[in-house]
Amino acid sequence: MGAPAATAGSVAGAHGAADARSGVWGWITTTDHKRIGILYGVTAFFFFLLGGLEALLIRLQLARADNTLIGAETFNQLFTMHGTTMVFLAIMPMSAAFFNFIIPLQIGARDVAFPRLNAFSYWVFLLGGLFLNSSFLFGAAPDGGWFGYANLTSIQYSPGMNISFWALGLQILGIASLAAAFNFIATIINMRAPGMKLMRLPVFTWMSFITQLIVVAAFPVITVALVFLMFDRMFGTTFFSVAAGGDVLLWQHLFWLFGHPEVYILILPAMGMVSEVLPTFSRKPLFGYPVIVYSGMLIGVIGWAVWSHHMFATGMGPIADSYFSSVTMLIAIPTGVKIFNWIATMWGGQIRLATPMLFAVAFIILFTIGGISGVMHASPPTDLQQTDTYFVVAHIHYVLFGGAIMGIFSGIYYWWPKVFGRLLDERLGKWHFWLVFIGMNVTFFPMHLIGLLGMPRRVYTYGPELGLEQMNLVSTVGALLLGFSMLIMVYNFWWSSKHGEIAQNNPWGAATLEWAMSSPPPVYNFSVIPEVRSRLPLWTVGGVTEIPDVPPEPVHVPGGSYWPVVAAVGILVFFIGALVQSLWLAVGGVLVLVVSVFKWAFEPFEM
Amino acid sequence: MIRYRRSALRAKPLVMLAFAALLAGAVGCQGPFPQSTFDPTTSFGRDLAGLFGLIFWWGVGVFVVVEVGVVYVLIRFRARPDGEQPVPIHGHTALEIAWTLAPAMIIVFIAVPTIQTIWRDAGPAADNPLEVQAIGHQWWWEFRYPEYGIVTANDLHLPQGRAVTVQLTSADVIHSFWVPRLGGKRDMLPGRNNRLSFTPDSVGEFLGQCAEFCGLSHANMRFRAIVHTADDFAAWVAAQNSPHASEDSLSTLEQQGLAAFRAVRTPASNSCIACHAIQNVSFGVLGPNLNHVAGRSTLAAGVLNNTAEDLAAWLRDPAAIKPGSLMPTIGLSQQEITALVAYLRSLR
Repeated sequence: MGAPAATAGSVAGAHGAADARSGVWGWITTTDHKRIGILYGVTAFFFFLLGGLEALLIRLQLARADNTLIGAETFNQLFTMHGTTMVFLAIMPMSAAFFNFIIPLQIGARDVAFPRLNAFSYWVFLLGGLFLNSSFLFGAAPDGGWFGYANLTSIQYSPGMNISFWALGLQILGIASLAAAFNFIATIINMRAPGMKLMRLPVFTWMSFITQLIVVAAFPVITVALVFLMFDRMFGTTFFSVAAGGDVLLWQHLFWLFGHPEVYILILPAMGMVSEVLPTFSRKPLFGYPVIVYSGMLIGVIGWAVWSHHMFATGMGPIADSYFSSVTMLIAIPTGVKIFNWIATMWGGQIRLATPMLFAVAFIILFTIGGISGVMHASPPTDLQQTDTYFVVAHIHYVLFGGAIMGIFSGIYYWWPKVFGRLLDERLGKWHFWLVFIGMNVTFFPMHLIGLLGMPRRVYTYGPELGLEQMNLVSTVGALLLGFSMLIMVYNFWWSSKHGEIAQNNPWGAATLEWAMSSPPPVYNFSVIPEVRSRLPLWTVGGVTEIPDVPPEPVHVPGGSYWPVVAAVGILVFFIGALVQSLWLAVGGVLVLVVSVFKWAFEPFEM
Repeated sequence: MIRYRRSALRAKPLVMLAFAALLAGAVGCQGPFPQSTFDPTTSFGRDLAGLFGLIFWWGVGVFVVVEVGVVYVLIRFRARPDGEQPVPIHGHTALEIAWTLAPAMIIVFIAVPTIQTIWRDAGPAADNPLEVQAIGHQWWWEFRYPEYGIVTANDLHLPQGRAVTVQLTSADVIHSFWVPRLGGKRDMLPGRNNRLSFTPDSVGEFLGQCAEFCGLSHANMRFRAIVHTADDFAAWVAAQNSPHASEDSLSTLEQQGLAAFRAVRTPASNSCIACHAIQNVSFGVLGPNLNHVAGRSTLAAGVLNNTAEDLAAWLRDPAAIKPGSLMPTIGLSQQEITALVAYLRSLR
């Protein structure tokens, strides 16, 4: 403990620099993208379980009509935090775990472009997540929905700290996301190994790249909206105050201008993971690589022009309805192309249904259902009967659970041996898969019908007269099954760490560069920076120059730094100051931030 | 256009059948479903349901093609021990163009009727519509009939066969007006006016509820649309416009109730008259108008039955029944409650 600010950079030979990196302090000050990836993964998985627990409580309350298990106040907090947690604290950072660990390996780099900024992103994310969830300790968890519609969030209708926790928490998380996005854009553009042309990038890296571009454009929009909201709440501005000439719809336009691209931020990385897994387990290259890449770009672009399809019930008039409806439907085209290309990838292959592949195939099956129901409410007239009902709850869960989570689970089983050096157990993996697959459908499929038969979302109770009690009970049983399946997954993690089969460099016989070095990779990743000569380097003779097991000459590995952590703490203190409206705390936080950024910038460049 | 609508109408029972079949084993048969979107009773609602049927069948088509494709591929190309290295196909331009055009074509078949429906239902209401102003409040519904000078709450009375234009707005936060069997929902936005037009063609009671999260008791913001024959509706209008029983004709208990209603309490916001209007008694506008309240189908926006027991429970502690209720717990004595219940139930 108490290491100097800039630990001397270590020179890693064949045995790495393990000593300088050990212990808790080594993890806190780490700037190694692999360790930061693991930190992201562990933290996000913890939040995923927390969000899942919140969902279980929601389902238990709705298992019966007129149930009194959970009151209105707690219920509203639970669904708000479930949505907020899953979007910002689970799916996005679980994807970030993969960006961190996998992208530098896939492009042949020794780290990301800005390793300390990378550490900063993680610590800001962690502290932001803790900030948001600490609201539970004060009985003031956010309760305005993950979408936080004005003017319910105004100080008049939500006088407590609940909404402030939410708005400020999201601002903190936005800083983390933006810093990470800039970092990965710079990394992917600048850090590619020689010969790793853009059109040789693995599809996961491609989809992640598009995701980062969307993040950079989308998060400023929500930031502006949240600033408006906080100014209304703290300083009496009137952006959303009807009595003073403000407009409640301004929030919805800003929120969805962020919120719809956010959907693609959540799904594109998972599409990338699936695009890696399907070829590996079919032993065939991805079918139509350029088209998959271009359709990812198209989705990222058109995703910006459709936000008001979340607002058909606000009465925008027939011209806006027609436009937003038509453009929304256009997204079905590049999405459909991807799905057909994935099926064509498997066509004629030698398909091995190992656990990662099972989840990838489930992604195609379930995401298709979510896509189809998506077209149903892309049509404004039908949407008027569907929006704000359980039909839309079913849709988003087919897209985000059936899509994003299935893709991420596929990625977890696929890259686990690369990250930890041991394979997960296949038998447990298959049990996990089938329980998730069945549980997911039992939970969410009935919701289509529950919604079409008239149950709105976000209701903490409903009367028996709706006739929907049995279907809700079925859905709850499915949720319990899902919850149980996660226990198997966690047990598998634990089991693998003790008894898992030791992973070779390339246990699945995959084609991309991250499988070219040992599992887990050495601290310096590549003993020499390889030259890439093929889109499928490991499947092509001479696809990549030789990567020796032992570095022919010493590799310089940057040391750790604690300034990113201190800077993150400064940001947290500033936002706590804003929350409790203490100018001194806020100023103190800014000072800590300024000093730490200064120290960080002038940290000696260790050699 | 006519062709698509006909096929859509034919599709409706099949839609329900397909869904029912998928769930039958697990769910069994429950119902009836008073908020079902499959059972519209207006041309507006049938437009939406018909369009849904059309899109649903395109969706079924896509679902079958994709899922059968996936399952077929998984079985046909499952790795075999003697399997040879697959041919590394990198793509096929003609095929990829084909499956770009296929979804594009389907989109056209969905988008054209969608836009036709948007414009048909956006048009002006039929001649001489009944205009109703619906105002959302946390957490109840105010309905005003300018044509008849009626203000009521939580029961929307409508005549059969006459076009209705519901003008929608909110007194506080965003709510959404939704009676699934009368058609789609539309938001009630503070500071803005929205409109929903339809012509009810069936007599009956249709359940509705708020569809936009509006705070603590969003789930407890329910109402009913009650569609009458033209004659019955006229009778309802006449009843609403008739005076209440005169003060002198009230029983002693009812007169005590009226006194309790009129009482000025501390704080003043605990007085009934601060929020509620009753003709010739008070003018409050923050809470529901209580004219002829005894004739309403429910109390507290669809949460309670309109019975003496439920009314007494409501008066005793509104927030226990409807969390966050803006009606305060006044601390009425049992005797005051009994008297108030008797008085309010005399307002027929």
